[in-house]
Amino acid sequence: MSSKAKFTSSILTANSLSIGYKDKRETIEIASQINFEIQPGELVALIGINGSGKSTLLKTLSGIIPALTGDILIDNASISSLQNKDLASKQSLVLTNEIVSKQLSVFELVALGRHPYTNWLGHLSQKDLNHVDEAIKQVGLLQNQHKTCDALSDGQFQKVLIARALAQNTPLILMDEPTTHLDMYHKAYVLQLLKSIVKRSQKSILYASHEINLALQLCDKIILIDQGKVTYGRPSDLIQKGTFNSLFPKDLIVFDEISQSFRMKISTD
Amino acid sequence: MVLLLIGIGLSLSLGSVSIPIDEVLKILLGVTIENSTWDYIIVNYRLPKTLTALLIGSGLAISGLLMQTLFRNPLAGPYVLGLSSGASLGVAILLMGAGLFSGIFGEFVFSKWSIILAASLGSVLVMLAVLATAQKVKDTMTLLIIGLMVASLTSAVVSVLAYFSNAEELQLYIFWSFGSLGNLAWGEVGLLSFCWLIGLGLALGCLKNLNALLLGENYAKSMGVKLNRNRILIILSTAIFAGSATAFAGPIAFVGLAVPHLVRQLVTSNDHKILLPNIIFGGAFLMVLCDIIAQLPGSDSTLPINAVTSIFGAPVVIWLLVRKRKLKF
Repeated sequence: MSSKAKFTSSILTANSLSIGYKDKRETIEIASQINFEIQPGELVALIGINGSGKSTLLKTLSGIIPALTGDILIDNASISSLQNKDLASKQSLVLTNEIVSKQLSVFELVALGRHPYTNWLGHLSQKDLNHVDEAIKQVGLLQNQHKTCDALSDGQFQKVLIARALAQNTPLILMDEPTTHLDMYHKAYVLQLLKSIVKRSQKSILYASHEINLALQLCDKIILIDQGKVTYGRPSDLIQKGTFNSLFPKDLIVFDEISQSFRMKISTD
Repeated sequence: MVLLLIGIGLSLSLGSVSIPIDEVLKILLGVTIENSTWDYIIVNYRLPKTLTALLIGSGLAISGLLMQTLFRNPLAGPYVLGLSSGASLGVAILLMGAGLFSGIFGEFVFSKWSIILAASLGSVLVMLAVLATAQKVKDTMTLLIIGLMVASLTSAVVSVLAYFSNAEELQLYIFWSFGSLGNLAWGEVGLLSFCWLIGLGLALGCLKNLNALLLGENYAKSMGVKLNRNRILIILSTAIFAGSATAFAGPIAFVGLAVPHLVRQLVTSNDHKILLPNIIFGGAFLMVLCDIIAQLPGSDSTLPINAVTSIFGAPVVIWLLVRKRKLKF
């Protein structure tokens, strides 16, 4: 370690990070001065309204697009210095908008999570099989493991994708809207699952979500993107600071500090 | 496997001179038989032809699989990158533009090797163009569209050439485009097998990454796949398979597109470790079968192989899809 970079216990660190898109002609900055540290065993929600830059931040953190300025440290190593393969052993992804082949069986898809560890032919060793088995058990799909994925419901398929990330056995998992397309019960179920994963395995999960109310109840920390500014902290601290009061235009949705949740304004006239 | 062996036996045995299957076996095993004409036909004509069918059928089928996985598109085939159009253009320029060269090259223009050379040159040029684009364009779908554009561009040029050429040249070109498995001598079969082996080696090299690509490029990248390098390996492998097939046997349609679908319907797995060997056998078998049909058993004439693959293959695929009701992709 050089004297400049401080060695921390955090698994994911953003240091005065600025994100956005750059091409030859112009640079579009979406958010800047992003600072946070995610510790092992934390469940962190990334919250923001549509178009606020949640996806951009997530893509930057996962190395799909480069950061404009600033540092991202994963396990104390700068993300830009890591090869794809090294990065794959530190963070895994759960993405929503990918076109995933559903002709694979649950087992086959989860086993793909072992990709960074297998030999050139992708042979699964006993250790790999154990990880796959454990991951499938953790999301509760053991009975369905030989079913083809297109026979599963949306909620079950989401669990398969989460199991794949678990099988990749990384200290950090990034998820892009893991609860979209799910009903209220399954949303709560998936988030509860994430909570139990971080508690049990000391992995850290950062997930982008629109489910603010659920996130406030469940998460250890929240990263809030609002109009290019990023706030980071415990849900209770952010509520005290009044961070949520200005998130949405006040005509329709207001934050109720007593119930600690957003409520719809019912017009009475 | 057994089916394939029977197919090989039949394709060796049938033809304008029908040779009993037990005699064929004797010749293959190196036993000398009385009828030396048969021996000559088998060793110098039928055997290279059957081998060509095996190599080209399996090669095209593999490259079809590679393209369908790379582009995550069930309509992709070995020719989506415009390789066969490149080859066609090469041959078209040679045959129909021949009036321009014939003074200089004379008889050489119409020799077999010059056609192979022109076809290879055409597909290599297109392949280089596609590879250069692949380096620049990060988006795989864009690459697919560019490939299709190159294909239509080259076929347009072929049309223009055809419009201005005389009947004789046109006929030569049309005959080439029908495809033929039977024109290869041992030396050429050797070259074809060499290309096939390189193509297979490359395909095996990205076998594991092909499975990762089933989840989409972002997932693949997150699992440590070097997307760009992998894409170039896949394109190279396809180009070698499809390019060599087109050069030696003409633009053979259908096999590359259909065999992966046929095999997926039958093995119901999308794991490339399972798909690849099945597709090699499937492609080889289908091609040998088509070759047998093209011989029109018991007659003297031969149907163009390109027509046979589609006439007899398409109904099979349609039947399978209708029966299973769902495309397994």
